[in-house]
Amino acid sequence: MAMDESVRDAVLAAVPSLRAFAISLCGNVDRADDLVQETLLRALANIDSFQPGTNMSAWLFTILRNHFRSEYRKRRREVEDGEGRYAETLKSQPEQYGKVEFREFREAMAKLPADQREALVLVGASGFSYEEAANICGCAIGTVKSRVNRARTRLAELLDIHSTGEIGPDETTRAVLAGYDHR
Amino acid sequence: MNERKPSGADDPMEPAATRSKKPHAKPAKLSRDVQARLGQQLRAMYDDVVSQGVPDRFTDLLNRLEADKDKDSR
Repeated sequence: MAMDESVRDAVLAAVPSLRAFAISLCGNVDRADDLVQETLLRALANIDSFQPGTNMSAWLFTILRNHFRSEYRKRRREVEDGEGRYAETLKSQPEQYGKVEFREFREAMAKLPADQREALVLVGASGFSYEEAANICGCAIGTVKSRVNRARTRLAELLDIHSTGEIGPDETTRAVLAGYDHR
Repeated sequence: MNERKPSGADDPMEPAATRSKKPHAKPAKLSRDVQARLGQQLRAMYDDVVSQGVPDRFTDLLNRLEADKDKDSR
C-alpha cells in the first residue's frame, strides 16, 4: 500500500511544530529530533487508526506526547530525578537549545512540572484550543486551564515579570482550579 | 444574583449578569500585559524552531518509508 500523498504532506507539514513541541518537552534538540522520528514511525505504522478529516497535527502531537511520557516514566525509574536532569541538560549544553536570547526563558520553563509545561506550550505556542490540548494530554479542559494558569504564574515569578495593575490570585478560584487536578 | 459562585471568575461578589459582559470572564491571575509578555517570549522561542522548517532527515525518512511500501505492494 503506497503512502497517500496527502497523508505524507500533512505529516511533513506538522514536523516543524512537532520539533518545537518536542524541544520544549525534553529540552534537548537531538533528543527532540529522535522523539519526532519515533513519532512519525509510530504514526505511519498506525495510519489506519487516523480518522480522515480530523486534525492530523493534533493526532501527531498526541502520539509524541504519549511517547515522551512513557519514555520519561521509564527513565525516571532508571535515573532518579527527571526534572533535575532536564534542568541540568539545559545548563550543561547551552548550544543544545538554540539562541542565547531564549536561554533565560528556557531555564524558567525547565523549572515547571512537565504537565504544566506541555499545557502551556500547546495552548500558548502551538495554537491548540483548550479542548484540543485536553484531548492531547488526556485530561479535562479545566485541568488544562489550571495548568496553564499555574505555569504562567510561576514563569512570571521566575522571570520577575511584574505589572503595575497586577491582580493578585483569587484564593477561591485557585482552590477550585486545584481541585480539578486531583485524580 | 449575588450568591457566591465557587467557580467565581473575576469577583465572586459581582452579579453574574455584569460579570458575563466583561471582556474576560476567566480567572485573571496575571494581568493582561504580563500574560502578553510571557506569550510573546514563548512564541518567539517556539517559532524560532518552527522557522527551521523540515530537516532533511525527516524528508528522507518519509521517502524511504514510501519506497519500502511501494516495494511491498508490488
